[in-house]
Amino acid sequence: MVDEGTRKTLSNIPLLTTKAGPRDKELWIQRLKEEYQSLIKYVQNNKSADNDWFRLESNKEGTKWFGKCWYIHDLLKYEFAVEFDIPVTYPVTAPEIALPELDGKTAKMYRGGKICLSDHFKPLWARNVPKFGIGHAMALGLGPWLAVEIPDLISKGVVSYKEKANS
Amino acid sequence: MTTIEELQAKIAELEAKLSAQNATARNKIDSMSAEVVDSNPYSRLMALKRMGIVDNYENIRLYTCAVVGVGGVGSVTAEMLTRCGIGKLILFDYDKVELANMNRLFFQPHQSGMSKVEAAAQTLRNINPDVEIVTYNYNITTTDNFQHFMDTISTGNLTNGPVDLVLSCVDNFEARYTINTACNELNIKWFESGVAENAVSGHIQFIVPGETACFACAPPLIVASNIDEKTLKRDGVCAASLPTTMGIVAGFLVQNTLKYLLQFGEVTHYLGYSALNDFFPTMRMKPNPNCEDRYCRKRQEEYAAKPKPVKEENVAKTEEKPLHEENEWGISLVDESATPEEVPKSVAEGLSYAYEEGPKVLRDEANPQDDVNLDELMAQMKSM
Repeated sequence: MVDEGTRKTLSNIPLLTTKAGPRDKELWIQRLKEEYQSLIKYVQNNKSADNDWFRLESNKEGTKWFGKCWYIHDLLKYEFAVEFDIPVTYPVTAPEIALPELDGKTAKMYRGGKICLSDHFKPLWARNVPKFGIGHAMALGLGPWLAVEIPDLISKGVVSYKEKANS
Repeated sequence: MTTIEELQAKIAELEAKLSAQNATARNKIDSMSAEVVDSNPYSRLMALKRMGIVDNYENIRLYTCAVVGVGGVGSVTAEMLTRCGIGKLILFDYDKVELANMNRLFFQPHQSGMSKVEAAAQTLRNINPDVEIVTYNYNITTTDNFQHFMDTISTGNLTNGPVDLVLSCVDNFEARYTINTACNELNIKWFESGVAENAVSGHIQFIVPGETACFACAPPLIVASNIDEKTLKRDGVCAASLPTTMGIVAGFLVQNTLKYLLQFGEVTHYLGYSALNDFFPTMRMKPNPNCEDRYCRKRQEEYAAKPKPVKEENVAKTEEKPLHEENEWGISLVDESATPEEVPKSVAEGLSYAYEEGPKVLRDEANPQDDVNLDELMAQMKSM
């Protein structure tokens, strides 16, 4: 279902406990704190495993998220802007992660550059409400997507290396 | 170089074309007539009354439907309702028309680049100017738009009340769940519809808050497509689609919408369609008393408290005379509708859940984190 590496990564991301979405006012603030704590730990894990691959931040309300992710291929770093909204029905429904600059460049995307997730993602997410958060969506959704799609897009010449992306 | 004369000729030609187009568009019609003349767009619909199918066809003008998602299913749904002379349609979608949509019905290549709702409204108003059409070009699942969506469906009908039905023609779980949340909260009946990503199965489901299972009561249902999962290739694509399957599902959806609004026949609670073997499972699902949606649970309590009307037997109207006087071969019909209220474990033949449910975790109020400050966490994350 999920490969061993992803499973291990997942198990090291702190689980969340508050079941609240953006319409839940105070409880949402609580959830948001948990989201940030979980994400901070996940990024720290990535750094110490020498596998740092994304940064995210949100608006004040925690409803809009944006940042960047990158993928190393043949020692070159390919960087992409990431964005997504927290749906009103979160965390029952997962955020739809988008890479707008790749919109229209691959069939493995829905409109607006939303990545096409595997059949496994939704069942796994549904069974882990409210424990899974944004970090889990990144690890389970975007991570594997980049690993499959970016090398393919590079080999097709759709994505090419940009010198200044190396910051 | 083009001369002025040539340009003038071109203008004249275009003006003639335009006026020819405008001439074919008809004016509004005040009331539906049953008169059978070539010029009456409603004669064949009003004939349903004479045939004894519908008692009150002209009442269709009193009703309002919201169509959420104006894609392969939603656009055809909107067109059917427009041709049927519905009172008002409210369309929601945030997508644009693309050439990649041309394998489906309704939209035309010259509309590429337009928003789907705008392109649809243009065509629909031309087909039937009697229908009031309102469009919203946004994504209903985001916090910014959700409240507006709720306000619109709760005050959008012809007398500023709630819409009579919401028709979900969206292509993703998030939007379905959003519609479910809104309709449970507002107590609005809705139809869910869907076509599988492999294009060979689809379904419609009638959701009456508190009375039938809502979208959150159980994991989504899958119509068995009789394909071995291992042979189903997904390499390099997200979804396939066929105009046939989408047209069929839109037909089921609107047929049941008409039956509900105009009160004829029986409204099917769940109707599946498996294209590969032409199998049409139907069933009825009771709401889950432990549904995660608290408004669903609230509607269930309200429904339980409501006195149930005793179901009138439909025998009065039908003639009792046996259809076939002789029955040489002893053929008889077996009643298969014996226990429609029961939900079997396997849901129904040819239907299964998309996945097994996980343990339900209700709102967890423990774990207070008042010691941590959100701004500090945000700053910490930003500085990493």
